[in-house]
Order: sequence, then structure tokens, then C-alpha cells
Amino acid sequence: MAKVFIFPATSLILSDMVERWGHEALGAATGIRERIQTPSLDSPPLQMTPEDPKKGLKYAAVEVPCGVRGRMALYGPLIEEADAAIIINDADLSFGCMGCARTNELVLYMIRQQKGLPILDITYPKTDDEGVAFVTQIKEFLTGLEGDKNE
Amino acid sequence: MSAKEYIPTYVGTITKYVFIDSPNVTPQTLAIRAYEISEGLMIKETCFGLQVTGDPETVKNLITELRTVDPAHIFVKDRGFPPGDPRRCRANLGGARPGYYGHEFESGLFRYISHGLMELEKNAAPTVTPLGKKRLDEGKLPLNKLIEIINNEEAQ
Repeated sequence: MAKVFIFPATSLILSDMVERWGHEALGAATGIRERIQTPSLDSPPLQMTPEDPKKGLKYAAVEVPCGVRGRMALYGPLIEEADAAIIINDADLSFGCMGCARTNELVLYMIRQQKGLPILDITYPKTDDEGVAFVTQIKEFLTGLEGDKNE
Repeated sequence: MSAKEYIPTYVGTITKYVFIDSPNVTPQTLAIRAYEISEGLMIKETCFGLQVTGDPETVKNLITELRTVDPAHIFVKDRGFPPGDPRRCRANLGGARPGYYGHEFESGLFRYISHGLMELEKNAAPTVTPLGKKRLDEGKLPLNKLIEIINNEEAQ
């Protein structure tokens, strides 16, 4: 079972596809769950504490807004932990405030900078035929990961 | 600023969303099936399907069993918060739950994904045109068109 980082990290379809074929999806829920199930100081709604932007310094420079660094503290460790990544390139839904938009750019950059990390670039299907292509490509990619693991 | 202690609840559990978009199975039918095999899990029935919370292994077994009801039309997603959490529940916040819009958008694509899954069941390796990266200039004004506009403006 490989750990697959999904982008957008909140994608319902990707989360399903990855788990459907027996792998573990690493998305926003994974990081959020870890935070809200750990005792600490009360910091609603996501239990992102002032420590998080400090942890984010590993991924973004100090002059980068703390909103981006806080988000990177959530996604950075997941990307480092991942054995593969699936990226939906036309996911306009992940565009939020400027913090989200810039974090998305940094997340994509960081994924592509990980040496030897298998990446599947894909777009959302808009027709039935594209739906077949979408599902087939993801299945082939995930099946290939199993092959790599067995070797 | 006074710091308040945070005591987490449902530690060690996981929560999964189960979305159903089937012409044959309703969320209610799926919920009844889930209650039958729940083994003490917390199940919340919703308009789109269910939310299941509990021990990771038991939740996984339940999901595997639920998927058999209609494999191509059931979609499962991980969730960070347990159901009804006051930080996320719309009963406390008002308006749609944060994250709802993403689900709403992707729910609109279920029919293509379901079609793909059914085709894949019939034919294990269909010939497809790969979906790739979005081109950098996709949806943008082409450079030659921009030059043409500038030239036309200058000519006037």
C-alpha cells in the first residue's frame, strides 16, 4: 500500500479513487485529524497553533505570509511522507483566498521538486469518454505503484 | 491573551463520508444497510449518504461492505472532523458547511466517473486518450491575437 498525496488536498473523487484501489490518500483530512485529536491549547477551528507557521519555515521563507507558512506546516510533511502524487491541473475549486492560492502554487512546486516521486497529471473529466480516461489513467498509475513496491 | 486547554474528543477514530449517486440505491437504503452491519460505529445519515465514525479497522470493513451495494456509484472520502463538531457543523455556524462547495462541484462529475468505472468493469484495459497537464496558454488570450488587437487599435 502506497501513500498517495492528492491535489486538491480536499478532493472527494481523488480520495475515493486512491482508496478504491487499495492505497492511502494523503489529503487535508489526514493533517487536520492529527491536529484536532492532539491535546494542546485551544485554537479553533482547525487547531492550527502559533507553532505551525514556525514549522512552516522549513518550506517557505520568513518573509512569506504566516498564512502560507501555516498551510505549508499542514501539507509539507504529507508531501515528504508521500510515495506518489496525483495532481488535478484544472481544479479551480481549490482557489480560495490569496493564502490558499499561493500555498497551492508552493505545494505543486514542492511536489515536482521531490526527486523520484511518481506524479500523475490529470484534468477533471467533462464527458463520458474523458471519465473513462480519468478512471483508467488513475487505475494504471496506482497499479504501477504496486509493481514498484514489489520489485 | 489567556490560553485555554484543548481536550480532544473521539481520539483514535476516523471519520469517512460515504456519497451515493445511484439511480437504484437511496441514502436511506444505504444507511439501513450500514446500521445492520455497524458493529457499534457512529453513523450519521445525510442527504448525500452517510458519515461513519469509529475505530479505523471497523470503519474500513464497513466501507468495503457498503461499496458492494453499488460499486460504481458509491464514493468515499476521508474527513478530519467527527460529525456534528461545533467548529464545522452548520447548525452552529449557519449557512453551508465549509467544504460543502467542493463536494457540490465534484458531485456534478460523479456521472462521468461512474461511467468510467462501469466501462472499466466491462473492459479492463480500454483505449483512451490520456488527460494530461493543462496547457499554460489554455483559456488565455493568444499572443498573436493580442498583437492583432494592438495593431488594430493603433490603426484607428
